[in-house]
Amino acid sequence: MKYFGKKLAGLIITLLVVSFLVFAAFAIIPGDPATAMLGTEATPERLAALREEMGLNDPLMVRYGRWIANFLRGDFGTSYNYSMPVMDMIREKIPVTITLTVMSFLMVVLISIPLGITCARHAGGRLDRAVIVMNQVIMAVPPFFSGILITFFFGLILHLFTPGGYISYTVSWTGFLGYMFFPAVAVALPKAAMAVKLLRSSVISQMKLDYVRTAYSRGNGTKAVLYRHVLKNALIPVVTFLGSVLADMVAGSIVLEQVFNIPGMGRILLTSISNRDYPVVQAIIVCIAFLVIVINFIVDLIYKVIDPRISID
Amino acid sequence: MKKKKSKNFIIGATITGIMLILVMIGCIWTPYDPEAMDVNLKLSGVSLSHIMGCDNFGRDIFSRVLKGSGTTLFVAVGTVFIGSFFGIVIGAFTGYYGGILDEILMRINDALFAFPSILLGLVFISLLGSGKYNVIVALGIAFIPSFARIVRSEFIRCKNMDYVRSAKLAGAGDLRIMFVHILPNTMNVMLSSIMIGFNNAVLAEAGMSYLGIGVQPPDASLGRMLSEAQSYLFSAPGYAIFPGVVLILMVLGFSLLAEGVKEN
Amino acid sequence: MKTKAVKKILLTLVCAVMTVALGACSGDKAAENTSSITIGIPQDIEDSLDPHKAVASGTEEILFNLYEGLVKPDSDGNLVDALAESHTISEDAKVYTFTLRSDVKFHDGSLVTAEDVKYSIERCAGISSGETLVAAYSAIESVNILDDKTVEVVLKEGDTDFLAYMTEAIIPASNEDPAGNPIGTGPYKFVSRTPQENFVMEKFDEYWGTPANIENITLKVIANSDTIVTSLNGGAIDMFVRVTQNQADQLSDQFNLMEGTMNLVQAMYLNHDREPFNDVRVRQALCYAADPQAIMDMNNNGKGAEVGSSMFPSFGKYYMEELNDVYNPDIEKAKELLAQAGYPDGFSFTLTVPSNYQQHVDTAQVLAEQLKAIGVTADIQLVEWESWLSEVYTNRDYDATIVGLDASSLTAASLLRRFTSTASNNFINYNNPEYDEAFAKAQASIDDAEKTEYIKQCETILAEDAANVYIQDLACFVALNKKYTGYEFYPLYIQDLSKLKFVEVSE
Repeated sequence: MKYFGKKLAGLIITLLVVSFLVFAAFAIIPGDPATAMLGTEATPERLAALREEMGLNDPLMVRYGRWIANFLRGDFGTSYNYSMPVMDMIREKIPVTITLTVMSFLMVVLISIPLGITCARHAGGRLDRAVIVMNQVIMAVPPFFSGILITFFFGLILHLFTPGGYISYTVSWTGFLGYMFFPAVAVALPKAAMAVKLLRSSVISQMKLDYVRTAYSRGNGTKAVLYRHVLKNALIPVVTFLGSVLADMVAGSIVLEQVFNIPGMGRILLTSISNRDYPVVQAIIVCIAFLVIVINFIVDLIYKVIDPRISID
Repeated sequence: MKKKKSKNFIIGATITGIMLILVMIGCIWTPYDPEAMDVNLKLSGVSLSHIMGCDNFGRDIFSRVLKGSGTTLFVAVGTVFIGSFFGIVIGAFTGYYGGILDEILMRINDALFAFPSILLGLVFISLLGSGKYNVIVALGIAFIPSFARIVRSEFIRCKNMDYVRSAKLAGAGDLRIMFVHILPNTMNVMLSSIMIGFNNAVLAEAGMSYLGIGVQPPDASLGRMLSEAQSYLFSAPGYAIFPGVVLILMVLGFSLLAEGVKEN
Repeated sequence: MKTKAVKKILLTLVCAVMTVALGACSGDKAAENTSSITIGIPQDIEDSLDPHKAVASGTEEILFNLYEGLVKPDSDGNLVDALAESHTISEDAKVYTFTLRSDVKFHDGSLVTAEDVKYSIERCAGISSGETLVAAYSAIESVNILDDKTVEVVLKEGDTDFLAYMTEAIIPASNEDPAGNPIGTGPYKFVSRTPQENFVMEKFDEYWGTPANIENITLKVIANSDTIVTSLNGGAIDMFVRVTQNQADQLSDQFNLMEGTMNLVQAMYLNHDREPFNDVRVRQALCYAADPQAIMDMNNNGKGAEVGSSMFPSFGKYYMEELNDVYNPDIEKAKELLAQAGYPDGFSFTLTVPSNYQQHVDTAQVLAEQLKAIGVTADIQLVEWESWLSEVYTNRDYDATIVGLDASSLTAASLLRRFTSTASNNFINYNNPEYDEAFAKAQASIDDAEKTEYIKQCETILAEDAANVYIQDLACFVALNKKYTGYEFYPLYIQDLSKLKFVEVSE
């Protein structure tokens, strides 16, 4: 419980630091929101009035406090470009990106654990060697390139899906998940390859340890040793790894959204970046960071369950 | 145990070596002007005179791949330089001194770590504007935390070792201990993470250029070429495949090298 | 035994995911709704749904289906009565009188009244608010309701062209939020929109005229132009209005390709407030260095129509083909002019191009290459359409840009007014008293021959002064799935979607 409390405190501090950094970064750049909002109609008087109204003359910390308070209440500010609340703009997009990330995350887990174990058990065998080589190559393929290849091969030649034919989850959940399948594969592939590699070497090194020999000497079979003793320990570095690649997978999802024309947060983020629509950029970045941090926190907790020896350091 | 270079190292070094040679050749000579257009060669396929075919403007893809790899590598080198330089300085000070400064910087570092480097790059791009040099700065800054983290833990490991103590007794200053005594001892770890840095930088640059906020046309860049090639998958699959394969080889070379260094 | 169980579970899971994935695809194909169509558009319709405030052509061409004015253009370029049943123009072209139809309903079911007409016109003219929304309407003196069915528009000075501006939308006076809740009288009504995703319209059953054929229209935003071809071939969209020749070549045989012109003036527009574009010799040098034919050859297999001034061929009597030859490609001459202007070694500038319009991006790349021959470097900067609108068009913060400017109405003034020094949309900061004078005379003239003369004079000034580097009226390829027919080209930048119909394709 003490562990949980300390971790939670750390989590909250990190969230605050992240949101402050993002806020500060956008607050110190030249040009201010009032000018951006008024555009060509800006006169010094109107600017001054709007600045006052928007509270832009307050010190940075005061503005940050107000912003974070609003943020926690779900008020993410107003987009300069669309003049609509940022929340309304991204509300329907958040589930899209999360689904894509979670789907690919599950794929990584589903592919890597069985494959990693199999390879470790038959280390040096033909399958193992083939997988090692494949792994090396797959790790080097940028997700957007595999996305292009998937579009070409599965979409245009085999017609297994309609490239660009995104179906919103508000229309049909199955259609939505179906369309997300291939993008998720593209995001998952390189990470799955890394996870397989890691799990394989982790199982192999565990198998050499004393406790395994002891287990064998007690008359346990290979399978029993593997699944009852080794796996639990071997999974620890894999769980750490999965936590650390999560951020990358969110980024991968954003890129893949472009390849497959999926209107998720990535699309909005990119247009907002190039339009300097800072309230939107700010909100999306903070949302993504929060997402990553919170999932990492959960991973930490799982970690603790798997390995009670872990201390807080 | 016999000191033998690992297989990974050899293959990685070979691939990287070949890529480097190609890039260097690309800097001084390309078979055609990579930006010269020729209406008669539009989307022409692989031939003896154009070994990778031509793109939608009749530009020689091979020349563009050479130039584009150069751009990509240039961005990667710049990025890793910025990232590792500041990463080493920050990591060295925080690791060596510890204390409140360490605590604060590491909190910030943790926070930055929550952002994928490409996303962090995007934020900086939105502040700086797009273009080749801004990409270097943006990605460079984005890479600092991961380097700082590695260097810091190395310094924490090393700072209580005997050789550091004896250097202290001999009257060496802190700076001298940090950069003359400890730093060289972390070289192996550093080299490996620099290689991984290259690996990530190449991927990040390609990703950003693919998204259209990195290198701007008509400058060739592998990511940009892949993005443009998407319209021509049917009639000129080579347009997408060749830059893609080169990109993969580049990343593969660095990742194998990183592993090789670790194993040695 | 445990492994087997685990394997089984995994296998089932993988199968389940696959089934969902594949099932979804085939399921959707079967359930395809015959009376709907999905059309790809290159930019989000976001600048404003308020018909009087929208400035982007991409928005206006779609709003054509939602809104109507007293008159509207037909596909031959004639103005026909729409909400007006008939109209008369006084001898001195100062008083326009419209008799309204009696049975026209707005999308919300209410009838169109003379009050609504007066409100709409006054809103555009800024008579009550003081803010003129439609530049041409500043010529309006007053709008008078003569009886429930008759409205009279009185101009400050006679203008024979003014009927063309009466295409501005009539909206209900009662609607307080025209941008958020668009209500018009067009054959389609607004259903919903999702930023950066889509814009949905449905057939308006109580439309006064020929009803639309297709029930539901979804406009899908495809901001990444590299995915247009895959989206069409894959079946995600049934139609895309402006594909390039290169893209058209990639399309499968399930598409009909129709060819027309886009009715716009594609040019490299120069910011005349910036060095060195304030020097006419530099601008002329750029014109001599540019080779429009080579651009058309490269990007559209030679298709398209060269333009030499701000006028495109569909305008017939105003179009001056001879202006295409004011500057024929001549590198030596260009270099000489640059040297005279003090740039013997050339210079470099930033060329801002909206990334969602492949046509402009392609032209920019070829043009940049052509300019290298005279030592001029164009650094291409791709921006999103929304940034283009705000930074280039509104804030005029750019060196040069390549876009196409269209005519919002069937008048020469709609193309030429923007180059008068005081025009609010003069985004190139063009300032030439001689031009202002010629344009004013053209506007004031009520004699057609005289008017044409002055308009041609305006065009000639633009060409000789090298106001912009004129390139072409782009060839337009409409890719339409063979399941649909009925696409019609207009001499304006308009998409009339009500004429589209669904047909059975015989396999």
